[in-house]
Amino acid sequence: MIGLEHYLTLAAMLFVLSVAGIIINRRNLILLLMCVELMLLAVNFNFVAFSRYLGDETGQVFVFFILTVAAAEAAIGLAILVVLFRNRRSIAVKELNTLKG
Amino acid sequence: MYNYYLTIVLAPLAAALIAGLAGKQIGRAGAHWVTILGVGTSCVLSLLVLKNMFWGGAGAENISVYTWAVTDGLRMEVGFLVDRLTALMMCVVTFVSLMVHIYTIGYMHDDPGYQRFFSYISLFTFSMLMLVMSNNFLQLFFGWEAVGLVSYLLIGFWFKKQTAMFANLKAFLVNRVGDFGFILGIAGVVMFTGSLDYATVFGQADAVAGQSIEVFSGTPWNAMTVICILLFIGAMGKSAQAPLHVWLPDSMEGPTPISALIHAATMVTAGIFMVARMSPLFELSTTALGFVIIIGAVTAFFMGLLGIVQNDIKRVVAYSTLSQLGYMTVALGASAYSAAIFHLMTHAFFKALLFLAAGSVIIAMHHEQDIRKMGGLKKYMPITYWTSLIGSLALIGFPGSSGFFSKDLLIEAVKESHWHDGASMGDQVTYWIAYLSVLLGVFVTALYSFRMFFLVFHGEERMDAETKSHLHETPAVVTVPLILLAIPSAIIGWFSADAVLFGGFFGDAIQVKSVHDALTGLNGTFWHGPAALVMHIYASPVFYLAALGVIAAWFLYLKRPDIPATIKDKFSGIYNLLDRKYYFDDLWIKGFAGVGRKLGQFLWEKGDQLIIDGILVNGTAKTVGRLAGVMRQIQTGYLYTYAFAMIIGLTALLGWLIWLR
Amino acid sequence: MEFSQYILSILIWLPIAGGVLLLLIGDDNDVMSSRAGLMRIVALAVSVLAFLISIGLYAGFDNAAVGMQFTEKVSWVTALNVFYVLGVDGISAPLIILTTFITPLVIIAGWDNIKSRPAQYFAAFLILEGLMVGVFCALDALLFYVFWEAMLIPMFLIIGVWGGERRVYATLKFFLYTFLGSVLMLVAFIYLYGQTGGFDLFGFMAAPLSLTAQKLVFVAFLIAFAVKVPMWPVHTWLPDAHVEAPTGGSVILAAIMLKMGGYGFIRLSLPIVPDGSEYFAGMMIALSLIAVVYIGFVALMQKDMKKLIAYSSIAHMGFVTLGVFILWSVSGDAGAGLGMVGAMVQMISHGLISGAMFLCVGVLYDRMHSRQIADYGGVANTMPIFAAFMVLFAMANAGLPGTSGFVGEFMVIIASFKANFWYAFLAAGTLILGAAYTLWMVKRVVYGEVANDNVAALKDINGREFLVLAILAISVLIVGLWPAPLVDMMNVTIEQLIEQVGQTKL
Repeated sequence: MIGLEHYLTLAAMLFVLSVAGIIINRRNLILLLMCVELMLLAVNFNFVAFSRYLGDETGQVFVFFILTVAAAEAAIGLAILVVLFRNRRSIAVKELNTLKG
Repeated sequence: MYNYYLTIVLAPLAAALIAGLAGKQIGRAGAHWVTILGVGTSCVLSLLVLKNMFWGGAGAENISVYTWAVTDGLRMEVGFLVDRLTALMMCVVTFVSLMVHIYTIGYMHDDPGYQRFFSYISLFTFSMLMLVMSNNFLQLFFGWEAVGLVSYLLIGFWFKKQTAMFANLKAFLVNRVGDFGFILGIAGVVMFTGSLDYATVFGQADAVAGQSIEVFSGTPWNAMTVICILLFIGAMGKSAQAPLHVWLPDSMEGPTPISALIHAATMVTAGIFMVARMSPLFELSTTALGFVIIIGAVTAFFMGLLGIVQNDIKRVVAYSTLSQLGYMTVALGASAYSAAIFHLMTHAFFKALLFLAAGSVIIAMHHEQDIRKMGGLKKYMPITYWTSLIGSLALIGFPGSSGFFSKDLLIEAVKESHWHDGASMGDQVTYWIAYLSVLLGVFVTALYSFRMFFLVFHGEERMDAETKSHLHETPAVVTVPLILLAIPSAIIGWFSADAVLFGGFFGDAIQVKSVHDALTGLNGTFWHGPAALVMHIYASPVFYLAALGVIAAWFLYLKRPDIPATIKDKFSGIYNLLDRKYYFDDLWIKGFAGVGRKLGQFLWEKGDQLIIDGILVNGTAKTVGRLAGVMRQIQTGYLYTYAFAMIIGLTALLGWLIWLR
Repeated sequence: MEFSQYILSILIWLPIAGGVLLLLIGDDNDVMSSRAGLMRIVALAVSVLAFLISIGLYAGFDNAAVGMQFTEKVSWVTALNVFYVLGVDGISAPLIILTTFITPLVIIAGWDNIKSRPAQYFAAFLILEGLMVGVFCALDALLFYVFWEAMLIPMFLIIGVWGGERRVYATLKFFLYTFLGSVLMLVAFIYLYGQTGGFDLFGFMAAPLSLTAQKLVFVAFLIAFAVKVPMWPVHTWLPDAHVEAPTGGSVILAAIMLKMGGYGFIRLSLPIVPDGSEYFAGMMIALSLIAVVYIGFVALMQKDMKKLIAYSSIAHMGFVTLGVFILWSVSGDAGAGLGMVGAMVQMISHGLISGAMFLCVGVLYDRMHSRQIADYGGVANTMPIFAAFMVLFAMANAGLPGTSGFVGEFMVIIASFKANFWYAFLAAGTLILGAAYTLWMVKRVVYGEVANDNVAALKDINGREFLVLAILAISVLIVGLWPAPLVDMMNVTIEQLIEQVGQTKL
């Protein structure tokens, strides 16, 4: 029987993977965006799992919200990425350090 | 009389303002007329006041003119106290001032600053009158500083001369050292009596003498001693007593008329006047009197010695002034205040005369002041010669001259003073220092006076041919004041000695404790009237010492002029000591002024610039900057670093929430 | 009368309105143009009008009255109990008159020698005038604070825009120093608000406070006011600010802004935290004496005339703090009251004298574009009238009796002798030091042979400069010869203040 703990373990693995992706990845900005999406998916997993476990639909409603926001975020993120590529001819994370103090 | 007093004071002030502010409009003649009119008015009215006091039996008057300010129970007023002491001073001041005004017409004839000069000397007369007529310490200090200001302006009258500018700054600053003590003395008076008014203060003098002040904690000093010594420090500055005397010889950089008026007759005697005025206070502190007499004795003798080696005609007279001021101070210390004031008066006449005569010589010599380049002037300048002779004789105390009475009686008063009767070792030491100084001073005085006199008027003519061809007697505006000053120099002693010294002339103005009163004791024992004193000169060592001095001067400088040079070579150590004026100038200029400047530089560079600005202010700014430089290294600019930091932060926060709360 | 009821508000807002009007008239860098002329006349008219109104303040002022006069009160921020309260007493009224007296002189002095943005220059001074008057008559702590901080802005601009070469450094230093101090004052105000529930100064004065609280509040006030005075060792902004400021800026800075510090001590520190003030009095006296002696020596060695006068200002302001804080060391007649009155008179007198000294330097600077003493020498030959003024003001600076410089110093020395011989001893040292640095400068600048061709080409002061210097000279002499009217204004207030300070708040 697949119980709550399995879902939570999967979500945690997904989350850690995405965090690792954000920290370790130094090459491609798109990968970063995907990792962020993955992170949100991990959260969604938890929402759905808990919703089912507690018998409360509110959690699933939130998932829809998050999906919408994630879509918008991906769109904006990609748009920024395009502009950035146009200006810098590169989307390598390593070269983006204009915030350096 | 109130209107008289007001006129006496304000007439010179008004004249000074007119000549000073409207000098261009009224022209040169206008300037001297208006100031002479102003000072002349004061002089006539002062004589009237004196006459009223002397023959009219008018008493002392204490009048308040206006209230300067009142606060916290302290009334600060401007007012006049006119008693016999004041009246005498007023006459001396206005008379000498009037003579100098007239004389200046001749002396400053070609000077572009003619109006300015008259304005200054009239302003001086006003200030000096404010000083002597004051009835309180505040106005006394006002007059005190105002005469200092005018002295500063007049020494630096020729403001292009660097030496004059040096001299006037020096004079002002050294005087300020004295004033420093003076204002503390005044503060002490206010502390113990709560008043600035003479009458109130003198009324409480006995109570003050019973109190003590701990200047250094643990050692209570008598309040009156502290106050009197502080006040006397002021007098030391103004009356040029060692070691604050250094400004007076340099002040000769100013025009000669002011040397006569300010640096011989009037301003420098302000200190003497002040101590005499404060006699009710000084009488209550024997310690302060001892301080006064020692300072006076040192000045009288050692400053006289310096006169022997000077070659500038005015500086010789200046050192003689120092020495005579020392005499007056010794008299003050011996509680013979009347003798000091009497000597002050006669000295004012003959010293002003000597200065004006020196000025007359300087005019004739085309502003040459070196006596080594003069000689034999007798035949060219008869009036100057004879008046100078009278002045010099009066200075050395020639029997019958005014200086004779004042100096002889002064020395006798010192001899019979309470210091002589004192039982303690200190009293005796003080007595001998004072008495020997004034006695040997007589010889020294005669020596330097007649050295100068012979070098200037007798002997070979050492000036160049050019100067010689122009030598002639100076005009009447110069010689008339000489003659007018020569008359009192010669004869005033005959009329006034008895009255001023023994007739109780000053009444309550000067108060002497009976145990200190030497002068009254002289009456009837030493003093039997002026003629008797002149007849008994052979009994006094003073006469022989003076005669010896004159003979020595004659021998050394006319008969055998080679001897002084030999002495100079043989005793070059002593000569250098004298020539460098006992190194007092070095002490003040290199010592105090030099150290002060170094200290200022040090505090500025090390204190302000290095420590406060460098380390504290800019240092703080730099530290903040450096810290920021370190902190900025954390900001790599890479997204993953920020993300990593966020996660660590999140973990830490969650960890804290879960486990530690 | 209706008018006299709002006289303080008029004195604050009239110059500010005038300043705004000047900004509206706008700038014309051609000093001869009609717009520039109109602008100058408006500036002068407003400042003179303000001065005339302050004469009305003097005429209507009741010397014998205890407490505040000409009070106004309007609610401002109701939620925080903040009021727009104004009022004057014998401490603030003379300072207000000084402010309105100096401002027209500054405007005349800058008449046609400010070449760039003259309208903004004059506007800055008029607005500054209004704000300074505001500081002196605000009776609500928050209102006081607002004026206090707002005052920095025009001064910041005056130095920063019209200043010399190192003006940026000087303005930053000036601003940071003073701002740091005043922020702490705000903290103290907020604490006191917490204690009393309002910002009323009299409420603050009445509130009981523990000794620790008083000490902390005193320190907060101290930093604010000590920087303004300025006291040693937080004085180093002043020489830099003075040197870089334009002449008018230096005059206002020295003549009035420094007085804010002394005023703050008397108006706020003493009555609000009397026990705290007493606790720190010894330290304050020590700092004052250091200012007098140490700064005197430093002034001696300055090569820049403005720096020299700036240092002499610090030394003279040392007398103000000394006069105030000997309060607890003396009792009886001619003691605390004399010291405090002396401090007040010293502030007024220093306003006149230092203002005049800076104007004198300004006169020379306009001609030679140098402030270095070494560049001058023998000015008296070419500028005799100017030299006469310069010597007069130098003498006043050296505290000569008969000039205003003497009055305050005399009173403070006398009062401090009563406290301790050595206080008076060190304070009286100014007699020597003050004369030394001032007259040595005069000797090197004014006297001597003409030093160089630039000096030889100097022209004596013109009518406008003569007017300004003559007005100041006359006022210096009047205060010196007859300080009674000034002293009478203060006596009652100061007596009452001392009584108030004498009562502990513990």
